[in-house]
Amino acid sequence: MIAIRDLHVTFPHRRHTVEAVRGIDLDIEPGECVAIVGESGSGKSVTARTLVGLAGPGAVVRSAKFEVDGRDARAFGPEEWRRVRGGFAGLVLQDALVSLDPLRTVGAEIGEVLRVHGHRGDRDLRVRDLLATVHVPEPERRARQHPHQLSGGLRQRALIASAIAAGPPLLIADEPTTALDVTVQAQILALLGERRAAGETLLLISHDLAVVARLADRVLVMRDGRIVESGGTASLLSAPSHPYTQELVRAVPSAATRGRRLSEAGVVAAPEPSGDVVLEARGLTKRYGRHTVVDDVDVRVGRGEIVGLVGESGSGKTTVAQLLFGLVAPTAGTVTFEGEAWTGQPERRRRARRRHLQLISQDPLSSFDPRWTVRKIVAEALPRGGAVEPLLERVGLGAELLDRNPRQLSGGQRQRVAIARALAPRPSLIICDEPVSALDVSVQAQVLDLLADIRATDGTAMLFISHDLGVVHHLADRVLVMHDGAVVESGPVDDVFHHPRHDYTRELLAAVPTLEGEIR
Amino acid sequence: MTLVLDRPLVLRPPRYAGFLVAAGFLVLMLAVVLVPGLFAGDPLAADPMHVLEAPSTAHWFGTDQLGRDVFDRVVHGARHSLAIATAATLLAVVAGVLLGMLAGLAHKYADEALARSFDALSAFPLILLALLFIAIAGPGALSLVVAIGIATLPHYARVVRAQTFVVRQAGYVTQAVAFGRSRLRLVLRHVLPNVLGPVPVIAVIGLGEAILAAAGLSFLGMGTQPPSPEWGAMLSEGRNYLSVAPWVSVLPGVVATLTVIALTVVGRHLQRRVEGRLG
Repeated sequence: MIAIRDLHVTFPHRRHTVEAVRGIDLDIEPGECVAIVGESGSGKSVTARTLVGLAGPGAVVRSAKFEVDGRDARAFGPEEWRRVRGGFAGLVLQDALVSLDPLRTVGAEIGEVLRVHGHRGDRDLRVRDLLATVHVPEPERRARQHPHQLSGGLRQRALIASAIAAGPPLLIADEPTTALDVTVQAQILALLGERRAAGETLLLISHDLAVVARLADRVLVMRDGRIVESGGTASLLSAPSHPYTQELVRAVPSAATRGRRLSEAGVVAAPEPSGDVVLEARGLTKRYGRHTVVDDVDVRVGRGEIVGLVGESGSGKTTVAQLLFGLVAPTAGTVTFEGEAWTGQPERRRRARRRHLQLISQDPLSSFDPRWTVRKIVAEALPRGGAVEPLLERVGLGAELLDRNPRQLSGGQRQRVAIARALAPRPSLIICDEPVSALDVSVQAQVLDLLADIRATDGTAMLFISHDLGVVHHLADRVLVMHDGAVVESGPVDDVFHHPRHDYTRELLAAVPTLEGEIR
Repeated sequence: MTLVLDRPLVLRPPRYAGFLVAAGFLVLMLAVVLVPGLFAGDPLAADPMHVLEAPSTAHWFGTDQLGRDVFDRVVHGARHSLAIATAATLLAVVAGVLLGMLAGLAHKYADEALARSFDALSAFPLILLALLFIAIAGPGALSLVVAIGIATLPHYARVVRAQTFVVRQAGYVTQAVAFGRSRLRLVLRHVLPNVLGPVPVIAVIGLGEAILAAAGLSFLGMGTQPPSPEWGAMLSEGRNYLSVAPWVSVLPGVVATLTVIALTVVGRHLQRRVEGRLG
């Protein structure tokens, strides 16, 4: 269906030229599911967009051969590309809220595709059929709603419905599940699997090997605009031959990687918990009006212990973090920190103890004063006269970054600066709120290794909040599972994840795509 | 060897020509304000022999009804007009920033009260509000400064209040709490510097507005009293001779207009620079 040889996509700029894709070959046979996997900047999305003539403004596309549906696409004009899009290839993008017109109903959006591609017959009926095909409940009512009235999962379904509306034989999905919760992700993956079973050809773009493993026949691994390795999914994931693929596969955190380093071979020492309690919360409850966000939650973190807090979006994880940190006062319940009362104290009294409780957030950039350099940011957290350099060295950053603005750093470097700053006051507990969610797998691996090292050498306890069960299983000693504001299950991480007792935990675990589960 | 030109060889005016001319004019204005004696003679020296004379090489801007040199008066008037406007703008910036930040940091009700009073203040035209104040405090340079300062304060207060809402929620403020910093330190080290961002730009444009207001109020006799030279007052004095000696009032008006235009050009240029940097 698609045959491409030596594809180059470059973006010429005034000073330098960005080479997004540097000579890749791509063949897609009818009925197969091909996946392109890579980290940010690998050129995977540009490749997918080039296939439908949307390489982007100013892009220069060169190739030795570029056949779409048996025809030479190098000669295509805008009109022909328009017919390819929707008619031959449906495109599903990551964020359905951006991809759907906020001012039009879902039904109008899908109907538009039908009209453009010359659908005959009752369009409304067909729209409802399509919504039913992608398992949108109450399709008649949903067709009359606007995108903002739909949940993320429903929006993604609606987007898939519009992509398949004109019956294209090829479906291209670019990070179709990245912004979604695990259980919703599982449903969307199942839906894509259904399309595949219905005879459609699938091209899947993702940064997540485990997501791809569930569906793809073949996987292409991209890096810096080149394909470094390709092959059948099972063989490629179980026995990767290229060092980069090996690194990627090893970097995926899961139950199997517990106690191991992710970014390189080696083990991390996990100290025996001493039994001392650093922080204890009892009956923590937070209500906003009649809405209960956190409902009777107990949290206990021992000295040197890493406690995972998992749950989907809206489960109240972040509110728990705010309550423990003491920025928000609980409606009911108490928090004890280092043996003394923490809640119900005036801020003046807490100030002296503040230094022992630090915070690392998902987006480090917003936690830095925009006017400040790395040196000043870290120095603010240090006691008077403390040196910044040793701290940066600890988190693996060179002194040459000291006078840079964090905006000039990569995502991984920023998170390291945030960790260095959190370590500066020698805290006994660090609350980590989704600290690796925004990072690429290989960078995530380095940051997780760093956190494990810090715990091993300093005995710093951590409350590790994440939606990623693999990350938590890799790192945490104990885990709390939150659902609708309440903790539904808690215990040692192996017990909870291998022998879940609560239905919700089971559902969550079943939804998580894992490399091991798929290869077996 | 081939020579490839990516641009045709055409001499163009520099990209910031307008900005450079305007900035140059303002630098000249600053010099005039600081050392008026260097540029012009005594603004009060009357010469009954030469009354209402048209512009000539001896009197560049002509003379007024008392035979005073209009150019000398415009030059010395710059000091009065610009001093009043600058003082008023400074007052507005300082008070506006403090009140705006206070509103942004205050509890809900206090913030509402302050925000609505900014709205109420800016609902009145500047001149009307200033007249109201002068009606109570009496005319004079000082009340002109206070009147214009109060009337333009909501500009700054509203912007700073909105900035404060953004900054107080920012991660770096939360982090500073984690280091056990006191409230005052938080506000001084993190909130204040980060809310100031757009203020200098608005102040440059606001300065032009203040010059116009000062001149307008002086024209109405509310500001500087004769015989001190002030652009607005000069306009007012000259208006009776408009048919016989238009230069007496037109030329001070032209200088005032050019100053305001120059300030606006520079202000807009800075604004684009700042927005470009942020965006």
